[in-house]
Amino acid sequence: MSIDTSKVATSNKGAATPDKPNKVGAVASWADERLGLGTAMKKQIRKVFPDHWSFMLGEVALWSFIVLLLTGVFLTLWFHPSMAEVTYDGSYSRLRGVEMSDAMASTLHISFDVRGGLLMRQMHHWAAMIFIAAMMIHLLRVYFTGAFRKPRELNWVIGSLLLLLGTLEGFTGYSLPDDLLSGTGIRAADGFMKSMPLVGTYMSFLLFGGEFPGDSIIPRLYTVHVLLIPGILLALIGAHMLLLVFHKHTQWPGPGRTEENVVGFPLMPVYMAKAGGFFFIVFGVTALMGGLLGINPIWKYGPYDPTKVTAGSQPDWYMGWPDGALRIMPGWEFHFWGHTFAFNVFLPIIVLPGLMFTILMLLPFLESWITGDKREHHLLERPRNAPTRTALMVSLMTFYGLLWAAGGNDIIAIKFGMSINAITHFMRVAVFVGPAIAFFIARRWCISLQRHDEETLLHGYETGIIMRSPEGGYSEKHLPISESRAYTLTARDRDEVYVPGEETDQNGIPTPGGRLAGLRAKLSTLWYADNIQKPTAAELEEAHHHAEHEHALQAAGEGYPADGHQFDDFGGTHETSEQPLRGGH
Amino acid sequence: MSDHDTPAGDPTGHVPAVPEEPIANPGLPEHTWRPTDVDEHSEKRAERQVAAMYLASMVCVVLFVVVYFTADIGDNWTTFLGLGASTVGLGVTLAAALLLIGAGTIQWARKLMSDHEISELRHPARSSDEDRAEVLEKLAAGGEDSGIGRRPLIRNTLLGSVGLLGAPALVMLWDLGPTNAKVTAEQPYPGAGLEHTVWSKGMKVVRDVVGTPVRVSDLEIGDLVNGEPEAIFPTQENGQPALHGVALQVAKSKAAVVVVRMDPGDITPGEGRENWSVDGIVCYSKICTHVGCPISLYERTTHHLLCPCHQSTFDLSDSGRVVFGPAGRHLPQLPLDVDDEGYLIARSDFTEPVGPSFWERDTKDIGDQGEADL
Repeated sequence: MSIDTSKVATSNKGAATPDKPNKVGAVASWADERLGLGTAMKKQIRKVFPDHWSFMLGEVALWSFIVLLLTGVFLTLWFHPSMAEVTYDGSYSRLRGVEMSDAMASTLHISFDVRGGLLMRQMHHWAAMIFIAAMMIHLLRVYFTGAFRKPRELNWVIGSLLLLLGTLEGFTGYSLPDDLLSGTGIRAADGFMKSMPLVGTYMSFLLFGGEFPGDSIIPRLYTVHVLLIPGILLALIGAHMLLLVFHKHTQWPGPGRTEENVVGFPLMPVYMAKAGGFFFIVFGVTALMGGLLGINPIWKYGPYDPTKVTAGSQPDWYMGWPDGALRIMPGWEFHFWGHTFAFNVFLPIIVLPGLMFTILMLLPFLESWITGDKREHHLLERPRNAPTRTALMVSLMTFYGLLWAAGGNDIIAIKFGMSINAITHFMRVAVFVGPAIAFFIARRWCISLQRHDEETLLHGYETGIIMRSPEGGYSEKHLPISESRAYTLTARDRDEVYVPGEETDQNGIPTPGGRLAGLRAKLSTLWYADNIQKPTAAELEEAHHHAEHEHALQAAGEGYPADGHQFDDFGGTHETSEQPLRGGH
Repeated sequence: MSDHDTPAGDPTGHVPAVPEEPIANPGLPEHTWRPTDVDEHSEKRAERQVAAMYLASMVCVVLFVVVYFTADIGDNWTTFLGLGASTVGLGVTLAAALLLIGAGTIQWARKLMSDHEISELRHPARSSDEDRAEVLEKLAAGGEDSGIGRRPLIRNTLLGSVGLLGAPALVMLWDLGPTNAKVTAEQPYPGAGLEHTVWSKGMKVVRDVVGTPVRVSDLEIGDLVNGEPEAIFPTQENGQPALHGVALQVAKSKAAVVVVRMDPGDITPGEGRENWSVDGIVCYSKICTHVGCPISLYERTTHHLLCPCHQSTFDLSDSGRVVFGPAGRHLPQLPLDVDDEGYLIARSDFTEPVGPSFWERDTKDIGDQGEADL
């Protein structure tokens, strides 16, 4: 409240001045003399962050990572990363007396004999899923809104690395309990490694400490899971955040928002409270899931036994898409000169994920190369205003989604009573055709939405009021949109097709990149082809004149609604209470 | 205007003039007041709501402690609606405590903290030209002082020596494990190495859980037995397992087999494998040739064996040929025989490596594999 603020400001006056020292001031002064915090905090303490719900997705990922650290530390206090054979004698009676690895036995101990242990295990697993899902959705948000453009390309790369490492962290994590399902996953991973030409067998033997399964894989994965990858993740998250602060957050265009400013609420107190409060929300939701929703019940799978497997073996969902590629790959294996090249495994599980992540990381550079756009961008773009960009990601998402569905081909076959062979054959074709169709549909859809925006700008919005002219023709009444909405719709760049320079300079010497420039120009033309540009001032002016003319023509019918619409209230365009009742009703 | 109006290959490199913005930026909209800004009553109510949520959170923490010490786990676990009372109680009270703090704080921010939008100027990420010039100057001065440009010998030997430090880092990983060649040569346990398994001539086929040998007369047509070599179970003489620890796990992971009895007329034996079955009983490696899952889903009418991991399907009546899925090779077959007491025994080890493919694997067609040491 304005009155209160003035009071607070008066009472706080002089609190930090040296002539009236207090305890807080003394501590702050002590710290500042040693750390120079004042200068560092001066800029950041009221740093402005813009508001939009979609900016929260990255926060979900960040906070779920903190939950992972907290619950993970708790689990390490009881978990034994050891493959030593023990006989289980804990509380879970159905496995009592069964031989299993110490890793499995200690996981059962956490689940059944440590109070809150099962809660923490389930929270850890749920938080891991939320972490990866949130990273993926955040990635999509950043891509679809063009937030990856200069100067944020490197933060995009860091984000992609976080997703890759998060996935590996997830895989190492669910391998640790050494239950039947995770052991099956590790064994498959051994098969993946062995498929690599030249080095595969060495990789497998070095990682497993000899022949599969050995007794080293769990302790080694444990080190990777609790030390190596989390360390790198923490460092990369730190870099991700620092770059966010340095670049300042992107914002949606709108009245008062430009490429040169950032409009929103200050870090202290609004974003400290909102983001801090949101941490507790994410933590709380994870706790609720951990308490109420069971996940990874290893006691139902039983300990790992290399001779056993469960039907419907599935990795965690984020590993599903390479698994799907593995399932639909034809059995192409080549034999030559005493060697075996398992292309049927190597291509889908080693090459494909690497290729996909490379494409992902290159997307910002690819786009700026094609468009020739080297400007800084701080205003976000709506997905419809970059149809080719949007379609490209939709196409990649379709590829991902189809592979993911292929990873559940056995489940689909059982649940829908379909032939697994038919599903597999269909998927082999669909993963190539589907993305192409999705690209086309998404692109045309975007362009249609652009047309709709242009329509709204030039002719106003559709009121739903049907007018009948004296001649008997019907038309829908359009009304102009508000100035701020009209401005927001036009607050976007005009597309500029890349125009290459001369292939040779005046002396006939080829300029560097001259031939590639031709390709660039072609790609750039295709990139923007059929896009609708925002109207010019003249076009807008003309449309408004036209609208006024229409309005004048319709004036005669004004106030006389069409039959049956006398009592409609179209946003107060006419007064219903004054309508005469027809026919003596 | 659209791009079609722009000649893409305009030889003059002419860029059309940018049309003026159609609508001028109207500037930040006027701030609108919230009820809590103007109405003291709603302000007080919001304040009470926030404090109430914080208070309720404290209550939940107390309940959490109560649940921790009252709900039993272990052998006599307390149940609540058929669920573990401890896990559910701890989870719900912790969740409520956290959610209430979160909701209270966000309520505070939304209702009571200032909602005046403020604007801050951005600066290009790029350093100013002066700063760049200064950095270049300093780099040049530093480079000059070190003489790194003038003394290529020092520079190159330094790069070489530091680069070579990668070698110790890599070499030290060598002892992570013995390689396949080493394991195969030293045979620290029977059947060591990717080329071999623990199966040998005359070894009994036993059931995988109980370890009892399989008599030919035990099997009906259509029966399937998950088998193991006798070596992985305690030997009868002294009751001690012949294998234990890593050796046992390795043996199990390679030597698992499926034994199936079918109508001998259904079998199309591979070249040189005419005498590998016993009265329609055939034995194949259970380890998928794709990535190594144990295969277990058998369809008796078609004699197809399906891998549950990636759905590779093998025809056990036809040398384990791949009939569907991503596997590239047939399942290795174990040559069978019968001993004097009527039990199934192996005639030899597998004649080819079992499990997933690897680079050093010398793959031969079925007819070319010979009879091993039958």
